[in-house]
Amino acid sequence: MLKSLQIEPEKCTGCLQCEVACSYQATSLFNPSISRIKIFTFHEEGRFVPYTCTQCNEAWCLHACPVEAIVVNEATGAKEVIDDICVGCKVCTIACPFGTVNYSQNTGTVYKCDLCGGDPECAKACPTQAITYVDSDHGGLERMRAHAEQNLPQDAQ
Amino acid sequence: MKHVIVGAGPAGVIAAETLRNIDRRSEVVLIGDEPEPPYSRMALPYYLIEKIDESGTYLRKEATHYSHKNIDIIRDRVRELDPQAKTLRLENDAPINYDKLLIATGSHPVSPPIAGMDLPGIHPCWTLEDGRNIVQRAKPGAHVVLMGAGFIGCIILEALALRKVNLTVIEMEDRMVPRMMDQTAGTMIKDWCLHKGVAVHTSTRVEAIEQGAGETLKVKLSNGNELDADLLISATGVATNIDFLAGSGLATDAGVLVNDRLQSNDPDIYAAGDVCQGKDFSTGDYTVQAIQPTAADHGRIAAMNMAGKETVHQGCVNMNVLDTMGLISSSYGLWMGSDGGESAMLCDSNRFRYLNLQFEDDVLVGAQALGMTQHVGVLRGLIQTRLKLGKWKDHLLQDPTRIMEAYLANTQAIGHNAGVI
Repeated sequence: MLKSLQIEPEKCTGCLQCEVACSYQATSLFNPSISRIKIFTFHEEGRFVPYTCTQCNEAWCLHACPVEAIVVNEATGAKEVIDDICVGCKVCTIACPFGTVNYSQNTGTVYKCDLCGGDPECAKACPTQAITYVDSDHGGLERMRAHAEQNLPQDAQ
Repeated sequence: MKHVIVGAGPAGVIAAETLRNIDRRSEVVLIGDEPEPPYSRMALPYYLIEKIDESGTYLRKEATHYSHKNIDIIRDRVRELDPQAKTLRLENDAPINYDKLLIATGSHPVSPPIAGMDLPGIHPCWTLEDGRNIVQRAKPGAHVVLMGAGFIGCIILEALALRKVNLTVIEMEDRMVPRMMDQTAGTMIKDWCLHKGVAVHTSTRVEAIEQGAGETLKVKLSNGNELDADLLISATGVATNIDFLAGSGLATDAGVLVNDRLQSNDPDIYAAGDVCQGKDFSTGDYTVQAIQPTAADHGRIAAMNMAGKETVHQGCVNMNVLDTMGLISSSYGLWMGSDGGESAMLCDSNRFRYLNLQFEDDVLVGAQALGMTQHVGVLRGLIQTRLKLGKWKDHLLQDPTRIMEAYLANTQAIGHNAGVI
């Protein structure tokens, strides 16, 4: 069974340990600004939202790539960037409607979450289980249903 | 069932693969008129700077990819289409018949009506063969004139600068990338290039080109100046490859006219990619977009319909991303704004930062960004999902950089969403 990152923003304290762990795993640097997972801060609501690639089935990034530099890791389901093949054209960065593929001017290539090959550091670093690595269909249907119902017009409910 | 695809660019290749995946027993034939394996024109600038070799431009890296998928590749040029006989006449090989046909022939560079355009040392930058010719002449210190600073001109501009040539850019409109960025952003890109030591002349035309001393060219400009050049690169626009359809009865305008199934006026003939006048998501009009993501979408959707799996094309968001000597720009949808819409703008000319958002009510319909590389895709996402931003539109009018927060606040478990997820 494929696993995926489950993110529960209500549990996030904004400690940024995920960003530190991610950047170190991916680049050997402690540099949250190049982390593949990002924590967005909502001061007014007093909330933090961890956010990264969901490894979506549509894989807009992969289909938009003109040189086959983004491939599916069959073991993890992650869409991975092959640095040696990426030419840095950035088409994937505008094609991904979730905004989770970014370009690095330092490397001249794009980068995104690759689930650390199946052992994501962000989930291990998170002290409050706001980020967990779980079976892909765990709770997903209920969450989607709840969200869909919320968006129905009032008289349709 | 025999599927024939004319054109071996991204749209054609993706269509061939999609057909093979969903219709395993059918015959899939891909016709391309260039000698190389199917490759990406998008990758040519990176070939020019030797970041990749020729094989780095190939759309698929495995040499056996097509044979493994049982996709027949024919290297030939289609001369004529006969829809009554369902036959294509080729330049060299015997005629080929089809059950379903996909036209994915792309476009070609247009040569402007200027005296001397046929002299040696003048090249478009369109094919791998053009790339090889440019590499020959664009040696460090060589004098190179780039005619046209549209998207293609600008993407080559970076490669030429990195090859350390002495570069002059001539653009007849009043700014760079005029069909991608507005006056403010297009002017900032020009200023950036000037800062980097590239001579850029906007509102200027090349009037004539003459043979100079030795192998050099004399380039006469509308401002009265004359430039000596070892190489002139022509990037003054492209036109669709539809000439071979003349007399076939297939309806064309700027490109092949299709419906929302990417089907032409002949029900067995479809079109995809740069040659296809397909639906624009933002306007609902049918236009030639000529961009990579649209080619990929067209290829997949046309193939689904060819294989009998009816798939409606919702329209593609027109979008572009460009790197001009390290200054990264992108634009999306109705970046120029719409009637009665509202906009938010942030501009810091000294730091080359610009962000412009266009709204209709509380929905994002277009955007331009300069100097931004993080999370830019969400601009496309917000436009294409027509997400109602609610109060976050007001936040964005105050501070347009908060696009990710605006997206998350309306889709994640915070604020009014927190209770239900």
